[in-house]
Amino acid sequence: MEEARAAFLAVDGDASYISGGQSLVPALAMRLQAPAVLVDLSGIADLRGVELQGETLRIGALTRHADALTHPLIARHAPLLNAAAPFVAHPAIRNRGTLGGSVSLADPASEFPAMMLAMGAQMEIFGEDGFRRVPADDYFIDLYQTALEPGDILTALYVPSVGPHHRWAFDELARRRGDYAMVGAGILAHMDGALVESARIALFSVGSTPVRAPGAEAALAGRLLDAKTIADAQRALDDDLDPPDDEHIPAAMRRHLARVLLGRLLQRLGETP
Amino acid sequence: MNAPVHGSTAFDRPAHVGRGMSRPNAKRLLAGKGNYVTDLALPRMLHAAFVRSPHAHARIGAIDVEAARAAPGVRLVATGEDIAKLCTPWTGTLDHFKGMKSAPQLPLPVDKVVWSGQAVVAVVADSRAEAEDAAELVMIDYEELPVLADLDTALAPDAPKVTEDFADNLCFRSALDSGGVDAVFASAAHVVEADFLFGRHTGVPLEPRAIIADYDASEHRLTVHHATQTPFQFQDLYSRHYGIPEARVRVVAPDVGGSFGVKLHVYNEDMAVVGLSILCRRPVKFVADRLEAFVSDIHARDHRVHARAAVAADGTLLAMDVEDETGIGAFSTYPRTSVVEGNQVIRLIGAPYRLEGYRAGLKVVFQNKVQTSQYRAVGHPIACAVTEHLVDEAARVTGLDPLEIRAKNVIPDTAYPCASLSGYKFEKLSHEACLTKLRALMDYERLRTEQAELRARGILRGIGIATFVEITNPTPAFYGIGGARISAQDGAVLAVTPSGEVRCQISVTEQGQGTETIVGQVIADHLGVPRDIIRVMTGDTAVTPHGGATWACRGAGIGGETALQAARKLKTNVLSLAAGILQAKPADLDLVNAEVVDRDGTVRMSLAEVARIAYFRSDTLPDGAEAQLTVAHHFAPKGYPFAFTNGIHGCHVEVDAETGLVKILKHFVVEDCGRIINPLLVEEQVRGGVVQGLGAAFFEECLYDQGGQLTNGSLADYLVPMSCEMPDILIDHVETPTLDTELGAKGCGEAGTAAASAAALNAVNDALGPLGARLTQVPMTPARILKALGRF
Ligand SMILES: Cc1cc2nc3c(=O)[nH]c(=O)nc-3n(C[C@H](O)[C@H](O)[C@H](O)COP(=O)(O)OP(=O)(O)OC[C@H]3O[C@@H](n4cnc5c(N)ncnc54)[C@H](O)[C@@H]3O)c2cc1C
Repeated sequence: MEEARAAFLAVDGDASYISGGQSLVPALAMRLQAPAVLVDLSGIADLRGVELQGETLRIGALTRHADALTHPLIARHAPLLNAAAPFVAHPAIRNRGTLGGSVSLADPASEFPAMMLAMGAQMEIFGEDGFRRVPADDYFIDLYQTALEPGDILTALYVPSVGPHHRWAFDELARRRGDYAMVGAGILAHMDGALVESARIALFSVGSTPVRAPGAEAALAGRLLDAKTIADAQRALDDDLDPPDDEHIPAAMRRHLARVLLGRLLQRLGETP
Repeated sequence: MNAPVHGSTAFDRPAHVGRGMSRPNAKRLLAGKGNYVTDLALPRMLHAAFVRSPHAHARIGAIDVEAARAAPGVRLVATGEDIAKLCTPWTGTLDHFKGMKSAPQLPLPVDKVVWSGQAVVAVVADSRAEAEDAAELVMIDYEELPVLADLDTALAPDAPKVTEDFADNLCFRSALDSGGVDAVFASAAHVVEADFLFGRHTGVPLEPRAIIADYDASEHRLTVHHATQTPFQFQDLYSRHYGIPEARVRVVAPDVGGSFGVKLHVYNEDMAVVGLSILCRRPVKFVADRLEAFVSDIHARDHRVHARAAVAADGTLLAMDVEDETGIGAFSTYPRTSVVEGNQVIRLIGAPYRLEGYRAGLKVVFQNKVQTSQYRAVGHPIACAVTEHLVDEAARVTGLDPLEIRAKNVIPDTAYPCASLSGYKFEKLSHEACLTKLRALMDYERLRTEQAELRARGILRGIGIATFVEITNPTPAFYGIGGARISAQDGAVLAVTPSGEVRCQISVTEQGQGTETIVGQVIADHLGVPRDIIRVMTGDTAVTPHGGATWACRGAGIGGETALQAARKLKTNVLSLAAGILQAKPADLDLVNAEVVDRDGTVRMSLAEVARIAYFRSDTLPDGAEAQLTVAHHFAPKGYPFAFTNGIHGCHVEVDAETGLVKILKHFVVEDCGRIINPLLVEEQVRGGVVQGLGAAFFEECLYDQGGQLTNGSLADYLVPMSCEMPDILIDHVETPTLDTELGAKGCGEAGTAAASAAALNAVNDALGPLGARLTQVPMTPARILKALGRF
């Protein structure tokens, strides 16, 4: 990691780390970026591996999207990643793309970064002062802007393991399977029977970063998950969002879709035993 | 399907025509052994990249190419002026479109740019990467001009002109009127009407456009390796515009990775590459990357239609009255123009039905966008959607079932020959037979029952029907009469080789659609040899006779007939030679399975033995025996100007009224392409076509902003249909061979695209009807569906 950082910082001009290359290489091909040097992270063993450390799952930054789909520890302890993975791109891309790459890039339309918010994960970063951890809530700053400083390496994702009282739901609305969604969301709720003790809701494709929905979360906390509660949460969601207004998907449509999706996910949450 | 081909001799036992045989080239392509222009590298080859205009309309000022010239690996930087010295301009008009106009074009512009993405300066370097790097260093001053980015802006009386010398932005106007239309509308029980919008889209072949021009100054000879549908057309054009005698121009189209109409037009870059090779005296390659393809491949559709229909109280369709306005580019495309689509729209509307009156107007309008031109099913999807939506509306107001109203109004199968009010002459169509088959194929009544049950539970399913007529096998009436040097005929050279195998060099070309396969099947039957000893060669002007190649729907109907007649001719020669050798009468012999047999089937000698004697022991032949084991034959369709085909689609969808997403549950097609040579290939043509039609219905649209910038020109943003969203497509056939040829085959390549989007539109409206929403715009995006439902 030291060596990679040194190589990165030594470059006169633009340098870029490369992990799976599934976002970077298309950007290079389209000449949207033209770094003078690419520093390949894929040989760094410490960035690999998935392991349970007490109540926390450590997911190495180089863990592939495909592992999110198949790794038993991820399925067991970070089920939202597992639920999101089938929606991320296509098998060929999932075989190369890394979770660390996705979270470093922080595309606001991406599934995994938003799930970091929903799961309350922490990003481990290797930088000037060695390692530091940044909670997801502080990590996403603006469009493609994160707590990563130039030269920083995202090394691992630390995800709190789900317990017996957790329920979760994930879905997205996309025009084609594997596309970036028009709207997507993941929910991780701590429940006592039908009572929602607390919930974390994160949405993607609704703003310049992945977005948490504090209003909707508050509307759920301490309430029975019934039709009224769901309707209240849907209503509260409106204030949580400030979606972009583009010609093809107007802001009002994204709000509508987000409401519909939240309703469906909460419905599903209530149905899972 | 296995009935003998009519006109065949008593000896013929068709064993190949009508059978679903696999493509001989499929394994090679699957094994990655394809030989595409993109793969080809010639010695001393250079690579071109283009500097493209960021503006949709601007005057070109100073161009500074010094930094680019000095960049590593750069061999040449050429501007419009440089290439204009070599290449004569072209104009995309045809004489039979009276009054049409378009400005002359050059490979690269010299005074102004007229669409965003237009190539302005060419950079040639040792590698593509170096060429692209250097292209970024070219500095061009532009003086921006007002942009015409939509129909209304371009049609406004005081609109700025795309071409300053023109009085307006109208490329072409046309009108049809059968007479008496107003009177029919005035007395009709019902009038239904709608305003339609059809989004611009494009072809997106898997292999983008690719070309290598290789000029040899020592012989003043040009070889162009070109991913094209029409090598002969390009041989002619390169020859005439660059002043190189035709016989010294060779165009080779090796494997082509799909074309759909994209690869038969003159593109500025392609023409420029020929000039670049002449300037560099070296081979120059250009492969459009996907981003370039979106801003330079032809686009299609982009129509705004107002249409109404007069309907009697009992649901009889009486008349239609339509206005079509279509936005093309700043030029009409060369050499096939950009007005054929609109022309076909107004001629095909209403074509499946008996009408008393028909009136149509067409305006083809210039805009500052990429040129539009012929793309799979030219005009058909628009005509079909307009017609079929109005028919559904007529069904709604008269309380008839959609299948019932069609059964009532289609031209009866017994009424042929006849003509449409727009002037199309129909030899024989089978709307009624297709309709009956579709009802069974869909299990229509069951779907309706299920629809009602599910609707009660809040699930919105819709069933859409669309009848269509397709234009195939065009005669010179299509382009030739307009003065274009676009051949409607095809030619073949067919030979028995010294080993007794068969080689066919034919001018129809292979784009992945299976042309070589069907040509082989036809020859196998009509010569009397097994399919696997026939080698079919296509796609090289130095190898095959001149012909139309691949455009419209003509490979099977025209290429197949060419092969049939050539095979017949060769067989006569083989049998007459064998008769000489065997001292028999030719009429008493036949060629079966590559063996010369008696009337009773006794084998007399093998074809290989005939060939051995012909090629190596002509000294043993009796006097007067002619050893002519190579024949050439040309065939041009005669009789009807076009062989019309027909069919009907059914589409079954489920609409999520909360999200605007549509699940396409199943799609059904019954089609009649005349004689089916290979049902596997016909069905795959139909399926591929349906997918493109569903793409138009739900996904594909080139979106422009007011500045004339394409805002979704990548495969991430321009959505092509993908397998997960595509339904199973069930197909059935009716076979009505054309009597204009012995083979009887018509075309089927556009049958899928022609009506799929119309059926889908009707299906979505059928689902949304109970909610009072109605869509008349494709693609039917979630935004448009939710808007129609008033959800946001
Ligand atoms: C066709 C297609 C469809 C796709 N669909 C989706 C989709 O539906 N949803 C989705 O979320 N994504 C999608 N993607 C993007 C894909 O998920 C990317 O793989 C992912 O976003 C980036 O991961 P990577 O390992 O490939 O990163 P790279 O492309 O290698 O890098 C991406 C960026 O992150 C930086 N970076 C990478 N690793 C690190 C690190 N450890 N520390 C610091 N910086 C780092 C790089 O410098 C670069 O700027 C799609 C991609 C393609 C090509």
